Amino acid sequence: MIWRYILKRIIWMIPFMFAVSVVAFLLIQAPPGDYLTTYIAKLGESNELLDQASIDNLRARFGLDQPLYVQYFKWVANLLQGDFGMSFEWRQPVSDLVWERMGLTLCLSFATLLFTWAVAFPIGVYSAVHKYSIGDYIATTIGFIGLATPNFLLALILMYIGVVHFGTDVGGLFSPEYQNAPWSAAKVWNLIEHLWLPVIVLGTSATASLIRIMRANLLDELNKPYVDTARAKGLSEFALIMKYPVRVALNPFISTIGWVLPNLVSGAVVTAIVLSLPTAGPLMLQALLSQDMYLAGAFVLLLSSLTVIGMLISDILLVLLDPRVRYE
Amino acid sequence: MSDTTTNTTPEDDPHSAAVPAESHLHDAPAIDPDKAPDKVAIASQWQLTWWAFKRHRLAVFALWIIGLLYLVSIFAEFVAPDDPTKQNRRAVYHPPQMIHLIDRTDEGIRIRPYVWKMDRQRDPASLAVSYVKSEEKIYLTLFGRGADYKFWGLWETDRHLFATQDPREKFFIFGADRLGRDMFSRILYGTRISMSIGLVGVAISLVLGITLGGLSGYYGGRVDAVIQRMIEFVLSLPTIPIWLALAASLPPDWPIYQQYFVITLIVSLVGWTELGRVVRGRFLAMKNDDFVIAARLDGASEGRIIFRHMLPSLSSHIIASLTLAIPLMILAETGLSFLGLGLQPPAISWGVLLKEAQNIISISQAPWLFIPGGFVVVAVLAFNFLGDGMRDAADPYGH
Repeated sequence: MIWRYILKRIIWMIPFMFAVSVVAFLLIQAPPGDYLTTYIAKLGESNELLDQASIDNLRARFGLDQPLYVQYFKWVANLLQGDFGMSFEWRQPVSDLVWERMGLTLCLSFATLLFTWAVAFPIGVYSAVHKYSIGDYIATTIGFIGLATPNFLLALILMYIGVVHFGTDVGGLFSPEYQNAPWSAAKVWNLIEHLWLPVIVLGTSATASLIRIMRANLLDELNKPYVDTARAKGLSEFALIMKYPVRVALNPFISTIGWVLPNLVSGAVVTAIVLSLPTAGPLMLQALLSQDMYLAGAFVLLLSSLTVIGMLISDILLVLLDPRVRYE
Repeated sequence: MSDTTTNTTPEDDPHSAAVPAESHLHDAPAIDPDKAPDKVAIASQWQLTWWAFKRHRLAVFALWIIGLLYLVSIFAEFVAPDDPTKQNRRAVYHPPQMIHLIDRTDEGIRIRPYVWKMDRQRDPASLAVSYVKSEEKIYLTLFGRGADYKFWGLWETDRHLFATQDPREKFFIFGADRLGRDMFSRILYGTRISMSIGLVGVAISLVLGITLGGLSGYYGGRVDAVIQRMIEFVLSLPTIPIWLALAASLPPDWPIYQQYFVITLIVSLVGWTELGRVVRGRFLAMKNDDFVIAARLDGASEGRIIFRHMLPSLSSHIIASLTLAIPLMILAETGLSFLGLGLQPPAISWGVLLKEAQNIISISQAPWLFIPGGFVVVAVLAFNFLGDGMRDAADPYGH
C-alpha cells in the first residue's frame, strides 16, 4: 500500500518536472536579447568589433538562431541524457560547473535543517510546557525577531561583528589554502569549521517559525483528556510529555520539511551572495545577469527539483509516521 | 502535491512566514466580560471583532506603529528635513547626531532642541576624514525652512516638520552616506516605497487569491483539482531563484514607476497562493452552510451568493491573511533591491539603502548604514503582530 503511494507520488513528479522545465526555460529566455548581445556589448567595451558574418556564425554555433521551441526540445532531450549543455561564459560543460556547487548547497541546506530541528525542538517543547515562563518569553521574543530579520541583514551584521570585533573575515566556506585544493579529510574539516555561520544565518528564521509551530501544536495537545489520563495513572511528567503529546505534535513538524527545505534552498541564494559562499547562488546570479542561459537554466531546474523532492520526502515521512494520514 | 496526504486544515498550514495564531495575550475569552451582556448580544460582527482585537495589546501597539509608518510615508517630503538626493561633499559619512531637548546655557535652562555641531578633520598623515564634536550648538525649530520641494506635486514650499534655525546649517539624525546624503530623509522616502509595495502587492494577491481560491472552493471537482495543482506548482517553485530570474530580465534603464510596478507584480506572486488556500478552505466549509443553502433555494444567482453572502463572512479572515502577506512582500522587495535586481537608484527603498551597506569596509566605517534594516525589522514585526491579533479576532463567535 505504502509502496504504491510512493510510486504514485514519484510518477506525479514527471509532469511536474516537465512544467518546471518549461518555466525554467521561459525564465531564462525572458530577458531581451541573448548571450551574444551581452557578449558583443562586452567586446564593444574593449573596442573589439565583430563583423556580422562571425556574429551569425557564433549564433549558429550556439544554436541561438533556431526557433524557441526547437531550442527547448534540444535542451530537454540533452537533459534527459544528463547533458546540461555548454556554458557560454565559461566555455565549459554546465555539468562540470554545477555539481560541486549543488553539492555544497545541499550540504549547507541539510546542515541547516539539522540545526533548525536540534534547536527548535527542545525550545518549542520547553516553551509549551513552561507556558508564560521567563524562558518562554525569551524564546518567543528571539523567535519573532529571527522571523523578522532578513537573512542577508543577519549575515551582514554577523560579518560586521566578525570584522570589527574579532578582526576576521567570516565569509566563504573554506580557508584560502583549501579553496582550490582537491577534496581531503582536512578540507572537509575546514568546511565544517566554516559552516556554522551560514547555518546560523540561514537557520534562524526557520528555527523561529518551527519553535512557534511546535509550541502551538503542543499546547493544543496538552489540554486533551488523554494527557490527564496518563498523568492520573502516575506516569512521570517527562516520560508522559515525550511519549504522547510530543509525538502527536511532531506531525506538523515533519510536514514542515516540505517547506523548510525549499525555503532554505531559496534563502541560501541570497545569503551565499552576501557571504560569498561557493554554493549555487552567486554563480546562478552571475549566469542570470550575463544571460548564460544553459547555466542559469540548470540552476533553476536543479533548485526546483530540490524543492519538489523536499515536498515528496515530507509527504512520505508523514504517511510513515502518522497512521491517521490516509493515502488515496 | 502535498494535499493528497496531509490532514492539516488551511489555517494551520505553515507555508507562510506567519506565526501560528496562538499568542500570549490572548488567553482570556475573546469578548470583554465587562461589556454588558445585552450590548454583546446586539453588537455587529465588526464590533465584536474590534473588541476581541483590542484585547490583544501587542497587536494594537503594532497597529499604531504601522499607522505611524504610513503617516510618515504619506508626508515624507514634509517630515524629511532634507532633499534625499542632495549630495554634500562636506558631510561624507557624517556620523549621527543626537537631538538634545534641554538646553543649558548661561541664561538658564530652557527646552529647546539642538544638536552638537561636528567639525570635520583630516588626519594629516593618512588623510582620513573624521568628525569631532565641537562646542557649538545647532538649534532646531519646528516648521522651519529647508530644501524646496513640491508637496504632493501640488504646491511649492520649503517648510519642513523640523529644520535648523539657520537654513545654511545641516544636521544628520541618522548620519550621512558615502555621498553625504542625509540618511534620515532617505529612510523616510524609502519607507514610502517599501511600505506601499506591500500594499499594492497585497491588492494584486487579493484579486488573484479570492478569484482562484473562491472558484476552487465553490465549484470543487475538476476546477478545484486544476487550481489546486496550479497552487502547488507555484508553491513548489523556489521563490528566490525565480524572482532573481524574473528580475534579471528587467531592463535596468526603465523609469522608476515602471520598475516599481513590475517589482510589485513579481513580489505579489508569493502572496496569493496562501490567500487562495485560506479562501478555498473557507468556501469548502461554508458551501453547505444553512444560510448559503437558503440563499440558493431562494433563487439567488451564483454571483450574488458568492459576493453578497459568502465573501462578507470571510472578510475578517481575508484581512488577517492579507496583513500577514504584507511583510513577506516587504522582505522580498528588500532582498531583491539589496541584490541589485529590484529597484535601481535613484529610486529609494529600504532595500536600495541597504545595498549601500553591502560592503564590509563601508559598514565598518559607518555602521549607521544598517539603520534601514532596523526599519525593515520593525515593520515586519509590526505586521506579524497585527496579523496575529487580527487572526485571533477574526472569529469573534469562537472561544
